[in-house]
Amino acid sequence: MDALLALPPMYYVAMVAKVLIAFVFVLLTVAYATYAERKVIGFMQVRLGPMRTGWYGLLQPIADGLKLFFKEEVVPKQASTFAFLVAPLIALVPAFISFAVIPFGGNVEVFGYTIPLQIASVYDPTVGKVLDLNVGVLYILGMASLGVYGIVLAGWSSNSKYSLLGGLRASAQMISYELAAGLAIVSIFLMSGSLSLNQIVADQAGAFGVAGWYLFRNPFTFLAGIIFFICSIAEINRTPFDLPEAETELVSGFCTEYSSMKYAMFFMAEYANMVTVCAVTTTLFLGGWHGPAFLPGWMWFIAKVYFLIFCCMWIRATYPRYRYDQLMRLGWKVFLPITLVNVVATALWIMVVG
Amino acid sequence: METLFFTIVAAVAVLSSILVITCKNPINSALSLVMTFFCLATFYVMLDAPFMAAIQVIVYAGAIMVLIVFVIMLLNIRSETGKRSNHAVAISSIVAFFVLFETCYFLFRSTAAKEGMGPITSSVVESVGHTELIGKAMYSQFLLPFEITSLLLLVAIIGAVVLSKKKI
Repeated sequence: MDALLALPPMYYVAMVAKVLIAFVFVLLTVAYATYAERKVIGFMQVRLGPMRTGWYGLLQPIADGLKLFFKEEVVPKQASTFAFLVAPLIALVPAFISFAVIPFGGNVEVFGYTIPLQIASVYDPTVGKVLDLNVGVLYILGMASLGVYGIVLAGWSSNSKYSLLGGLRASAQMISYELAAGLAIVSIFLMSGSLSLNQIVADQAGAFGVAGWYLFRNPFTFLAGIIFFICSIAEINRTPFDLPEAETELVSGFCTEYSSMKYAMFFMAEYANMVTVCAVTTTLFLGGWHGPAFLPGWMWFIAKVYFLIFCCMWIRATYPRYRYDQLMRLGWKVFLPITLVNVVATALWIMVVG
Repeated sequence: METLFFTIVAAVAVLSSILVITCKNPINSALSLVMTFFCLATFYVMLDAPFMAAIQVIVYAGAIMVLIVFVIMLLNIRSETGKRSNHAVAISSIVAFFVLFETCYFLFRSTAAKEGMGPITSSVVESVGHTELIGKAMYSQFLLPFEITSLLLLVAIIGAVVLSKKKI
């Protein structure tokens, strides 16, 4: 803490600038992800999607936001008021603060001061290295596990059958898939030997190009990457795992009783979670911000993240929803054993092949 | 700066842990407990133990408390309105008093605080890394306790399966 006070003023300026840029960028991505989702699914179903507001419907997210903002705010009489009011915030905040540790670009020189493009990090000129949170991956796992409280609380505090069922489903589902996702990352720890995201990204660089990415490094990390992405989709409750808000069974699940901006906040949390998960997958498995030198690193990062977001929408347009027992069976009887064996197999691969 | 930050977090920790036992509603108690765990994680970060902080959040706040909330929701316990048993309050306050007494006794009696720094100081943690230190100690020096703990957990898992299955 006292070491913080000894830092040059440029550190504070850079920190505030990084936070602002990343936050605004993620917010814009969240807003336009809703538009992109409707367009992508529209095209896949041979429809046009939103077309009326603005050129090709480009103003649709703003119109939606304004509409929700001016809706009446309803709090059910029997609801537990405090939990009901804070639940959307608890859902939204963890989705955004995970971005603090994700490196989204290489170092940038401003007035002779080197700034690493990662919020919670600083360049140390005496060592010539970027110092960042050395438990970055665990931080992301921790924040992801906190996101469930928002949904569970929303479901419980609304005092409605459908909401409660949605909340119960959400808590069981998120705990089950967290395990498999965490175990899938263990094989990445084995490969990199570090928990710092900056180190993990640096380890995936090098002369091999795409072959250096952990996804293509060996068959077991490939499996880990696929399982991690699927489990992450399950953890953020997206189709085909969107049982907590299954419209055909539970009206709107945990957010049935919500209206106005609070409902919008749940939507923002869902899309922000999607962006976070795609950014984490990019960092851990797809080489982070590294790419051919004709584009700067942050552009590669954005391109990879947007490709994964497109994949999420593609999956949503393709697969029907799982049944609840199928979902539990997939998590506990398929993914958990595979990832457990995968950890051992990766260790053996490192021992034999190197 | 550090003292100020510690004071704020400590105040929140004490307040939320008082709320755990005074809240009428079990869900609110559980949430206050999550807040207390979060403050503990902050203390770990301030003690140069980021790995412990992350594990505290992942395991306690993220997994165990979610399960507790899940069970409370499933049982649908509403606010505690009935009169609580006097025996339970008496026994638990006696136990709590003894635990407090024991903690204070060992705290004032132990020599660890007076003898100064042990072998693992802040600079060692900074140069080697907290996660690496814990990992090495756990898999070499404390291997036997580690294995015994894992065996206990395995027994608990098998017990849970046996209890919940009607037919094995």
